Amino acid sequence: MTLKEICSFLEAEPLTRNLNLDREVPCAFASDLISDILMCTKEPTLLLTGLTNPQVIRLSDMIDLVGIVFVRGKMPPRELVEMAEERDLALLSTKLTMYRSSGILYNTGLRSCKI
Amino acid sequence: MGEYLYVSPDHASAAEAFLRNRPEAEVSMEFEIGEKDFVNAGKGSAEVKNTLKRLGIDPNILRRVAVASYEAEINVAAHSSGGRMNSFIYDDLVYIRFADCGPGIADIEQAMVPGWSTADDLVREMGFGAGLGLPNIKKNADLLRINSQAGGNTLLELIIFYA
Repeated sequence: MTLKEICSFLEAEPLTRNLNLDREVPCAFASDLISDILMCTKEPTLLLTGLTNPQVIRLSDMIDLVGIVFVRGKMPPRELVEMAEERDLALLSTKLTMYRSSGILYNTGLRSCKI
Repeated sequence: MGEYLYVSPDHASAAEAFLRNRPEAEVSMEFEIGEKDFVNAGKGSAEVKNTLKRLGIDPNILRRVAVASYEAEINVAAHSSGGRMNSFIYDDLVYIRFADCGPGIADIEQAMVPGWSTADDLVREMGFGAGLGLPNIKKNADLLRINSQAGGNTLLELIIFYA
């Protein structure tokens, strides 16, 4: 599944410029707990989260994130978007909840990351 | 003074020999960690990871170093009045030590229990404080040693071998 398809399924808005929407997303994980995200992400992963503080972007320095979807209509501050652009990390925002977003992506065949 | 020590069985003798001899490192780096500085916390761990990446270290080892080091760095920012991270890179391992200025851990065994946390609301709102930091460090490190006491400083040391 590509980032473009994910945008369409989640009615999500891309937040970062120069986004490669054809990038393949192999799997996903959803959480608002940083330790859980660190513990469970061992391969390139799309993260669904409601966290919008700079440490979410810092996470991508530690683990391999393909992109981040902010759920429940959360909009990160500008400096966070700039941090993501510096790292070539895709940021998307959807008005859907984390549960609904995860359900939709799971039903369309996007698997859970291996934990 | 409380001490906690975990060593993976595969690396027990090498890790203990390393701590006894503490040879000169190929590369060493130092970072300050400010109290509740969640803008900069994590930069030190990212830098260590990038340095190891440039040296061609295996991606799975890179992830383990980054996760263990980041959790420890966040602990200093979240729970202490500030501290310092010193990283030492060798041919076969990385040794990282986090020394903070207190207020110390009253019961280290309790702090190691998954889900146990003393994090305040600010820290929790940022997605930390799940009580998984120390267990996550232990899971990813070959050696984890913590020295602390209530009212004193905390010293956390970790070692990860490349093979």
